[in-house]
Amino acid sequence: MSFTELWDLRTDKLIAELKQGKRLDARKVDEIRKPIITEDVSENADGQARVKLGETDVIAGVKMIVGEPYPDSPNQGSISVGAELLPLADPEYESGPPREEAIELSRVVDRGIRESGAINFEDLSIVSGEKSWIGFVDIYILNNDGNLFDACGIAALKALLNTKLPKLEDHKIVKGEYSGKLKLNAKPILNTFAKIGNTVVADPTLLEEKAMTSRFSVAVTENDDITAFQKGLGGSFKIEEINAAIDLSFKNSKQIRKLL
Amino acid sequence: MGKKVQEITYVDSKGKRLDGRKVDELRPIKIKVGVIPRADGSAYLEWGQNKVYASVHGPRECLPKHTANPYKAVVKFNYRMASFSVPDRKNPKPGRREIEISKVSGEALERAIFLEKFPNTQIDVNVEIVDSNAGSRIAALTAASVACADAGLPMRDMVCGTGVGRAGGKIIVDLTKDEEDAPDAVDIPIAILPNSKEIVLLQLDGVMPKKEWEKAYEMAVDASMKVYEVQKQALKDKYLNGDDKK
Repeated sequence: MSFTELWDLRTDKLIAELKQGKRLDARKVDEIRKPIITEDVSENADGQARVKLGETDVIAGVKMIVGEPYPDSPNQGSISVGAELLPLADPEYESGPPREEAIELSRVVDRGIRESGAINFEDLSIVSGEKSWIGFVDIYILNNDGNLFDACGIAALKALLNTKLPKLEDHKIVKGEYSGKLKLNAKPILNTFAKIGNTVVADPTLLEEKAMTSRFSVAVTENDDITAFQKGLGGSFKIEEINAAIDLSFKNSKQIRKLL
Repeated sequence: MGKKVQEITYVDSKGKRLDGRKVDELRPIKIKVGVIPRADGSAYLEWGQNKVYASVHGPRECLPKHTANPYKAVVKFNYRMASFSVPDRKNPKPGRREIEISKVSGEALERAIFLEKFPNTQIDVNVEIVDSNAGSRIAALTAASVACADAGLPMRDMVCGTGVGRAGGKIIVDLTKDEEDAPDAVDIPIAILPNSKEIVLLQLDGVMPKKEWEKAYEMAVDASMKVYEVQKQALKDKYLNGDDKK
């Protein structure tokens, strides 16, 4: 159990301050926390990244395995993104199969990367119709201080950017040896916004997420193309708010891309 | 995605699409209200090939109890696809896609219903897709919204929407599966409250510049308002035809 009343008191204060245009951590409404991106997660991973956004802390690891292509795309490999809300990260997380929050999180991160064309899935074919690479991107949340979407999005992208392709002999992986790197053609960045009252803030903290009535995420590429949208929660957005969030995402993403 | 599509013209020189529609034209939509007598509210919807049953039970006791909210009713939306509703047999076990769609669709309905009138209760909205051809999540939400109204839930507004997107370089509303398979396809399911134009559901798959999105949005709103008219008429028809007395 979390202390609901304590969160209520904190969100009351947050909402009162936000009406004056102030955020509790002194950021401007359109200002993001500068992500701290590192790579030292696991020597066993083929690609890896750790991302901190304020106190939000997530790690991502990639495992490239040899699998069978889908029947409808015999000359393509694939990727699969999973995000797990570890019980160690937040008193409200429980162990067990992923629940809808974790499923939405991983599908939105997946969508931003997949739809951008960052990975040419035909590059991942080994033998058409028989064998192809499948990249498993698994993200674990170590600490939740809000905006897991963007932290996981950056971590997944960074991990894919440094993913090495295992060496193959007779279409089998030679453990510990690599034959090259995974090729990425775009750097899509996910940008999430929280609507609190009538204010939209970028990169919400956990407390801001407790106070938000709706959430909007947009993934954008370096060419200022949109590659994914996701609106969440029971509130609503005006079209002007959506379009302002898109413009801000183009700007903030450039900042984040320099840190990759 | 990624399929080899040879030189398909998605919109011809006369502005006609593969199925003969214009770029801003919806597939035919039919809604019948009150098709499930034991539900508090229900609707059957056909949207092109999509066929959808939606029912509403509640507000009723929220179970398990820890899922209850002391301030308002909880909407429990279940979007499910019948095993025979897609070209290959679908595993009946709800997949990640269905769980995500259920989450965002339930959230879209939340804005429309006066949930704060029913603390500690749940409203079950169950939708079964029995036949599908692209756009089934919006079809489900459209039917669910009508079922909520049929259940007599106090509502701010209906929820209406459409798919919108791009195929073959053209912005089009209400994409079919063939159009979603275009090499440059972008698919944007969107739902709004028709009177305030608030956006309550919005997703996007694909690569699209902002200018095209702005155009797509305008077309989506116009098309959604047509969906809203069909929803209203269906609710009126229930009473005009005396279906409510059966």
